[in-house]
Amino acid sequence: MGERVIAAEASDLTKDFDGKRAVDGVSLTVPEGSITGILGPNGAGKTTTIRMLLGIIDPTSGSRSLLGHERPLEVAREVGYLPEERGLYPSMPAAEAIAFMGALRGLPIKEGRRRALDLLKESGHQDWAKRPIRTLSKGMAQTVQLLGTIVHRPRLIVLDEPFSGLDAINQEKLEQLIRDQSAAGVTVIFSTHVIAHAERLCERVAIIAEGRAAFEGAVDEARGRLRPIVHLRTRADDGPWRDALPDSAKLVGGEWRFELPRTGPEPLLKALIDGGAGIETLSIERPGLHDAFIAIAGEAAAREMGHVPSAEEAA
Amino acid sequence: MKLPETIRAAFVIARRDFSATVLSKTFLFFLLGPLFPIALGFAFGGIGAQVEKNAKPPHVAVIASAEDYALLNAARTRLSPLADDRPLVELRRAAPEGNLAAQRDRLLKSEEEPALGVLDGGIDAPRFTGAVTADGRTVRQLGMYIDEARRMQVQPDLAPGQPMGVTLTKSSSGSVAFARELTARLGQTILFVLTILLAGMLLSQLIEEKSNKVIEVLAAAVPVDAIFLGKLFAMLAMSLVGITVWAACGAAAIAIWTKGGLGGMPPPAVGWPAFLALVLIYFSMSYLLIGATFLGIGAQASTVREVQTLSMPVTMAQVVLFGFASLGVGKPMSPEAIGAAVFPLSSPFAMIGRAAEQSALWPHLLALVWQILWVALILKAASAIFRRSVLKSGPSRRWPWQRKKAV
Repeated sequence: MGERVIAAEASDLTKDFDGKRAVDGVSLTVPEGSITGILGPNGAGKTTTIRMLLGIIDPTSGSRSLLGHERPLEVAREVGYLPEERGLYPSMPAAEAIAFMGALRGLPIKEGRRRALDLLKESGHQDWAKRPIRTLSKGMAQTVQLLGTIVHRPRLIVLDEPFSGLDAINQEKLEQLIRDQSAAGVTVIFSTHVIAHAERLCERVAIIAEGRAAFEGAVDEARGRLRPIVHLRTRADDGPWRDALPDSAKLVGGEWRFELPRTGPEPLLKALIDGGAGIETLSIERPGLHDAFIAIAGEAAAREMGHVPSAEEAA
Repeated sequence: MKLPETIRAAFVIARRDFSATVLSKTFLFFLLGPLFPIALGFAFGGIGAQVEKNAKPPHVAVIASAEDYALLNAARTRLSPLADDRPLVELRRAAPEGNLAAQRDRLLKSEEEPALGVLDGGIDAPRFTGAVTADGRTVRQLGMYIDEARRMQVQPDLAPGQPMGVTLTKSSSGSVAFARELTARLGQTILFVLTILLAGMLLSQLIEEKSNKVIEVLAAAVPVDAIFLGKLFAMLAMSLVGITVWAACGAAAIAIWTKGGLGGMPPPAVGWPAFLALVLIYFSMSYLLIGATFLGIGAQASTVREVQTLSMPVTMAQVVLFGFASLGVGKPMSPEAIGAAVFPLSSPFAMIGRAAEQSALWPHLLALVWQILWVALILKAASAIFRRSVLKSGPSRRWPWQRKKAV
């Protein structure tokens, strides 16, 4: 992490609801300017963690700090939040809704109205400005709320399941918006149960399963928990080269698959060549985030998130 | 979070709620609201008057000689100024027949001319038979007719004496006391009705907010205290707009239909300007006290049905408190009046009654400080309950019988 300033930090956060533990000792460190994903299946405790981090609810135990403040509401003006359950006043015009969300966080209403029109124009939706929220589709209303989340130019943006309910085009737009915000130095935290978004966007991830933080760190670090996978096709079926393969190697559809030995690729290649394998193809695949997620959170959690490993992957 | 920030955030919420309500079409209905009961009152009053006019009032059949009946009827005419709202019991003569018992029975059962009862025996030995209360209005009035008829029989030529001279003054201590008591009761009733009406509306708004999921956006940005404060003050501002409109219309109506307008009416003890100002102030305090309590209740409920169930006992309790406060009207130094002024939720009602009857202003200052303190306390408690029950924040509080179930 080096010298980077910490934008948000949670330490051993625990939350009980009616005697049932919803979040169990989650710790999280979010460097300033980073994009951090909170991953986990539905009901894992992502939203509760976010709500504790933002000070909407108090933890049963543990501590949190947001932009250096232990009482998150004290820095509310510098934070933008898109809740999982979107909420807007149905009769409010879109531009007014954006300005109101800014006003809640300290932006003067006149300035908020001006910025709301600019934001709508920039996103190509200036014709929505005077339309009451009730006349907008769910996706459109979500976009309006998202613009309301950033209208006051916060230093930290927290988005709870921001991609849910959006079509592919708007998901892409949202990804771009997150990248733009990050490029402007804004810290972004978002929760998702779709690993692909996190894989494309995040520098860091926290994997939460059953209320516990199973992993928290850089995406590369998560991937690094798994050895690269070697895919090997040989002309020879058998021979001394087989001794170079680890015991866990599996033959799937005429292709050997196994984790790259810790000694690295060179000794492996030498052993295969010297052993007369007759290499047809050899590739070394870096594990993806979803492989890391399965390895860290377990297959059950991955299944809940819709990432059921294929028969081949399972093999 | 510091107090100024809470006030700022409350103002943002209040401004949104106020403009959303006042600029909506439904606000016009809110302003026209008092017209409905007034119109209904006129309509039912008119219908009632028409019914009363058309209906034949039941009479008492009098089996008597023409002379006795004439005396009784003259006595009734002479006594009739005593009757204000309801006319005196009417008499209708039936000439005596051979069989008195049979005639009495027939008159009592007559469907063509329904009679309350039958008076027979003349002035000397009168006897009434009928389905009335023994010491009720009919029997008492008949007794007066007979007494007066007997007196007129003895002194038929009694000349009326010197008529009473009448000098009218603008007011007397008795008339002022009566008018002030009336003003006190009217002030209390207006305060009570408006408060209950608006506190109910406030509750509906909070429930709407919860169902819109906006509450999460608000709670993430501002303290819950600010949300409550903002909502309370928005509704208060809205209701003050309504009251201003209604008061202006009321003053116009008084100016049109009464001599001398409001100035011509007996003033309350503190004077009209101070009294009207105190009505606004105590309405605000009463609304804030009950509104804060209702918000606390709203925090427990997630549907309108739940709200109705929960708020019913509080509304009933409020009716009791209103009754408690009204006990002190007419006797502002009584223990009931002082008790009602001290108890926070009945204090505004009791104090507006006091303003009508007592001229001292310092008790109002004291009462306002006391009421503001309670508004703050109730708001604080309501927001704590809200955080716990709606936002599921803070330690969960369970009753002893619930603790065993905890995992």
